[in-house]
Amino acid sequence: MISTLFFYLFAFMTVASGLMVITARNPVHAVFFLILSFFNSSGLFILMGAEFIAMLLVVVYVGAVAVLLLFVVMMLDINYQSMQEGFRRHLPLGLIIGAVLLIELVVLFSGPETTLGVAATSGERSNVALIGDVLYTDHIYVFQLAGLILLVAMIGAITLTMRHREGVKRQNIALQNARTREESVTVMQVESDVAPQSILPDETKSRKVLR
Amino acid sequence: MGPVTLFHYLTVAAILFTLGAVGIFLNRKNVITILMCIELMLLAVNINLVAFSTHNGDLAGQIFAMLILTVAAAEAAIGLAILVVYFRNRGSIAVEDINMMKG
Repeated sequence: MISTLFFYLFAFMTVASGLMVITARNPVHAVFFLILSFFNSSGLFILMGAEFIAMLLVVVYVGAVAVLLLFVVMMLDINYQSMQEGFRRHLPLGLIIGAVLLIELVVLFSGPETTLGVAATSGERSNVALIGDVLYTDHIYVFQLAGLILLVAMIGAITLTMRHREGVKRQNIALQNARTREESVTVMQVESDVAPQSILPDETKSRKVLR
Repeated sequence: MGPVTLFHYLTVAAILFTLGAVGIFLNRKNVITILMCIELMLLAVNINLVAFSTHNGDLAGQIFAMLILTVAAAEAAIGLAILVVYFRNRGSIAVEDINMMKG
């Protein structure tokens, strides 16, 4: 009974904040509603017995993606008011397409198969342990593929956003390591009482003796 | 209020997916909102996968939900990086200005 109540609470909050994401005028508010939506859907995942996915959702989305979105929204200097222009014009078409899509999906899902209850998880071992059992054995290629995707995304994001501005002095480690003693150090025989000519300013070069 | 069945979870996922699709239609000019709508649609797919996984007692659905989560995070990172580079080059992120490739 209490889980039914929590299901309706989480489902309502997820859908309501999802609605606010697409209607909010301020994109910062939209990002915060997206975070709220993900929090509540992780509650739904916990009700389904998928605790690991729920925690992953909170860590990945609230910890990483939402911060990334907020950072970009606040960093780019854009007039967001002008972006709202087409909202009213596209509203009827969007509502019609949304209604058709929703009716199709719900009719599709409301078969006799889906009225069975969601099975409770086995209390013997936790969800995390069960996922650990299959993730590194049966689905090892999926796991490796996920790591590869993250690596490619990381390299791609760094390559895209890195830029070299002109006139900025940077350390060139290869150049530093390629230096030899011959080209950087000169040993000179300095006579006593005579100024080293190469380091003297031009006007004093004529007078050779310092004293 | 009867017991929560698979149909309830699928309905929530369907509503979220529809919200994401409608949001792409409504906010056609704002790339950041379009990215957030794609995240909503991927969340709906994840809810579907996990609901079926729990319903059938098969953990493969949750493994695939993890894979989708990874792809969604990578997509957000790459998309925002492209957005930052585009803004640096053109000074705007309006969708209708993105026509340099004449596609």
